[in-house]
Amino acid sequence: MNRLDAIRGATPGQDHNARSIAALAANPACDRRAILDAAAIDKPRLMRRLRFDDRWGQSPFAIQRNQQFTDLVKANGAAHLLRLLRTLLDLPIEEAGYVNLEDAGGNEGQVARHGHTRRIIRQTAEGRGRATILDRPLLRLDVAGAQVYLEPDVIAFQLGGRFHIVAIKSFAIVDDQADTPKVSAAAREAAVYVHALRALVGRDLVSHDVILVCPRDFTNEPTATTVDVRHQLVTLARQLSRLTRIEAILDRLPENLSLDLDALSPAQIEAAVAAIPARYAPQCLSACELSHLCRREAHDLGHLDALGRVVRDDLGGIESVQTALRVATPGEPVADDQAEIAERLRHVARLYDEAVA
Amino acid sequence: MSLLHSYVKVKAREQGRALPRATVRHVHLAEAPMVFVPLRLAGEAAAPLGAMVGTDPARPTLLVVPQPRNRDLRFQFLADLGAVLLPYIDRISRQVETVEARTPFERCLDAPQIVVPSPGGVEFAAKLGRSSRFRRTTGPYAVDPAVPMLGRWLTFLAEQSEFAGSSLMVAMTDLLTAHWVTGQSAAEDADLAALLGWIDPPEGLTGPEAAALADDPLTPPAGPDTHPEFDRQELQKAIEHYDATGSAAQVEEALHGQLRPTWDRVWQAIGLLSALKESPGATARWERDRVHVALHRAWIDGGGLPQGKRDSAVAAAKRLARLEAAQQSFEAARAFDDPLVMAEYRADGVAFAGEVVAVDLTRRIVPPGGKREVPRPLVTIETSDPVRLAKGKKVRSPSRPRQSATIADLTETTVTVQIDDGMGRGGQPAEGSVPAVGTVICYTELDPGESRRAPLPPREETPWTHGGPPPEYVPTDDDAAEPWS
Repeated sequence: MNRLDAIRGATPGQDHNARSIAALAANPACDRRAILDAAAIDKPRLMRRLRFDDRWGQSPFAIQRNQQFTDLVKANGAAHLLRLLRTLLDLPIEEAGYVNLEDAGGNEGQVARHGHTRRIIRQTAEGRGRATILDRPLLRLDVAGAQVYLEPDVIAFQLGGRFHIVAIKSFAIVDDQADTPKVSAAAREAAVYVHALRALVGRDLVSHDVILVCPRDFTNEPTATTVDVRHQLVTLARQLSRLTRIEAILDRLPENLSLDLDALSPAQIEAAVAAIPARYAPQCLSACELSHLCRREAHDLGHLDALGRVVRDDLGGIESVQTALRVATPGEPVADDQAEIAERLRHVARLYDEAVA
Repeated sequence: MSLLHSYVKVKAREQGRALPRATVRHVHLAEAPMVFVPLRLAGEAAAPLGAMVGTDPARPTLLVVPQPRNRDLRFQFLADLGAVLLPYIDRISRQVETVEARTPFERCLDAPQIVVPSPGGVEFAAKLGRSSRFRRTTGPYAVDPAVPMLGRWLTFLAEQSEFAGSSLMVAMTDLLTAHWVTGQSAAEDADLAALLGWIDPPEGLTGPEAAALADDPLTPPAGPDTHPEFDRQELQKAIEHYDATGSAAQVEEALHGQLRPTWDRVWQAIGLLSALKESPGATARWERDRVHVALHRAWIDGGGLPQGKRDSAVAAAKRLARLEAAQQSFEAARAFDDPLVMAEYRADGVAFAGEVVAVDLTRRIVPPGGKREVPRPLVTIETSDPVRLAKGKKVRSPSRPRQSATIADLTETTVTVQIDDGMGRGGQPAEGSVPAVGTVICYTELDPGESRRAPLPPREETPWTHGGPPPEYVPTDDDAAEPWS
């Protein structure tokens, strides 16, 4: 991984969290994203240096609301949560041991906290100790050779059964329905925790059903439901293994590539980013900090991908705006493999001109 | 979407401006549409932050919730919103005519039309409706009587907007993308400011340049979600100021700054759309909208209950069938009204057009199941369209919408159709009832008529798959007794 460190240079790297790890799967074909993630480049900072405005913040009201709801669910030894888990997991009443793992004997360091979490989880898994709900655990995951610490909301443990990850989210479930994008984002994030916990205690002891706790209707009353994250786990595992095979991408990059954000001028940063091929698609706009940069570049080059998946699929085999319009013009020379789409495009162009006229 | 649409997108990108997708307007625009631009508090399901609402572009009514976490203030907002929307709805929906038919029915002379900036606005209106239609006006947590009434109308309007072609509650970005094609992706078209940048850029700017301005942090989003940076820099301070002093002035000023640009854009877009001539289909669909409003008006006036929280299995099946029928007849009517829309279907091979090159007027056959010979003339059309219709397919022509025909034969360049009806009662087809040689004509499998579907079983014969005969809905006090945060 020395090559990746060299690319990052002296600038401090960006810490991963469950959300950023989940985002790795957003655009698997993009070399640029893969390299920047593997080298832990601080993407928001990169964009600020190139004078793109930062649009990735969260509203203080949303943060506040989330905190408020999480506190409510965990208040009084997670009383609300226990009640919900009893119904959902058939947790017997006597099994109500709540353990806060945040306090590792006064030691606040991440290594110590993680060690503490590991001990308690192992004990619980072996049937020693009375923990049912483990609050504020600190898990660890290996991402492209770096140790990343993760803090799931809580881990619930069902006696004689398996560990369940609990995700506490403040979006509402109204009449048993919630916003799909929000649920999928929560599922992707929870899958990261499941993956990390499985690395610790083994695959069979961690359920692929995560428990999503949300406010019900327009109230503050928590309600719980299970979400199957098997699909997200498979995607995540594939992404993580791809990051360790980053060498193949590195081999295609210029020898002395550097993205040392503190040391380089904006023009140099831009040139270095441009040297790593990207695969921009409009979906990136909601998933990647770099998207506005890549979009500008893609439009400058006339990439069809930038107009959306439908256009790219409809015009299969044609890469750019210019090529598409050229082959649509009667009399222009056309490559053999584009003959069919060219004929269709010319027909369509004629139809359009007739109808508009 | 079609290949034609993709091609026009590419062309628009290259030309740097939006290109027309329709030659007529496929939506009815009311004489005085009510524009409604709502904002909500981040992180909450249905906490209104403020709204700009009204029928006069120059004089919007600004409503704000100076402390959005305060339940009483939220309901005050809904009562204020009701004070604007309900008189508008009442005034229009109380003027009713009786339509003479086999079973005469009532229809409003006009109907309310609520225009929101984006589909998010419709969703938010539905959430507001859900959160207010069960509120009680007496007892603990009593609210202003306008609140549940507003909730019922918002719910009704948001539900109607799911039906293709309904114009009662419309999202402006949907209307614009139905009439223009921009050189950006569908995800970017969802932003009203960027979309309008392509369609109607300010003097001296190209489409992409104007759309880039929409990305500027100084351009407020069209809602209902606010920009996190605005929340942090302005709104939070303004709300704190209200908490400390009781003066809503700062919140009003901040929200006015966010809402006014979107308000102006919605009116700009209404202006662009009204420049297009309304299609006959849009007028017909508006008539149906007026019937639905009259029905809902009568339901409310007759003491009907608010809409339930969830559809029963039977109601859901009925609703789904109606949604499908509306979608199908809307798509077909659009194509019949507009050659540019029909061109999308021709590009995909489900419609074709060309010149009639041969007609066999004398052909007579005994139709399947019939006894007598009847005239079934054949019309052969030469076309360069990539026809994908199979032999035996029923087709219709926009120029003869009441006459049905069947594909009888296909070659590389010609299609022969058999004319099935609309030829009079004589032994020979009536004069002009069959397309003549030299006519240019278009045929398609689309059918704008309400298609016949197998009727759903009566209520008492509801099959077990749908839960058997449903019990009557009896409202309980629980519906209104939701505890509030």
